[in-house]
Amino acid sequence: MSGYILKLSNNLAAKIQAHGMETYPHECCGAILGSDENGSRTVLALLPLANRRDDSPRNRFEVTPEDVKLAEQNAKEKNLELIGWYHSHPNAPARPSEFDREHAWPWYSYIIVSVKAGMPQEMTSWRLQDDRAAYDPEVIESPKGPYSI
Amino acid sequence: MAVKVMIPTPLRAYAGKQESVEVSAATVGAALKALTDQHADLKKHLYSDDGKLRSFVNVYVNDEDIRYAQKDQTPVKDGDTVSIVPSIAGGLQS
Repeated sequence: MSGYILKLSNNLAAKIQAHGMETYPHECCGAILGSDENGSRTVLALLPLANRRDDSPRNRFEVTPEDVKLAEQNAKEKNLELIGWYHSHPNAPARPSEFDREHAWPWYSYIIVSVKAGMPQEMTSWRLQDDRAAYDPEVIESPKGPYSI
Repeated sequence: MAVKVMIPTPLRAYAGKQESVEVSAATVGAALKALTDQHADLKKHLYSDDGKLRSFVNVYVNDEDIRYAQKDQTPVKDGDTVSIVPSIAGGLQS
């Protein structure tokens, strides 16, 4: 077990689910802003972003470097840190794909919400291992749950 | 030429937790090589196995994207800032 924990309020979890429903059957994406103190992470705000993969939005998402800078600026203005990213997997489980792993950065939390037939399903969070070989699961601590895996 | 390389948050753990690293180089490619010579653990996150910069790693000299300049041969001069900025991608397998 990695021991990673990500605290997420019911309200913010619902916002991620709502974004996934809104863009279904396309993937949604957005930035996760919050605090990271000695590895204990809390999500405190979200920044929904446009999926820039116009050519293949059903199975791909992309956040441009300009949007990453925007998210960093947004976090700074709120006195928060940019701690990760969320995206949806339409009609698929909330498990990172090989494509996700190949494109992932370390340190960031990656939340994935599964959306099936337009309805949100499980939500998981992951962190890339140092050697890029795999992800470690990050338990989502939420009063409402069960988002943890 | 002394240039400052800005390290994005997700990679700081591999660069002695520093926000930036000073290196001496005349091109962007040489600056990044000097950076990864100093902090070898950065290499696998910046470069793919074939030695090319990963597609989601974006590099700017001051505010100019090197893809629109001379890529890794883009010259740098004293006082320039080289920034490594992530782009984020993912999605389903097929």
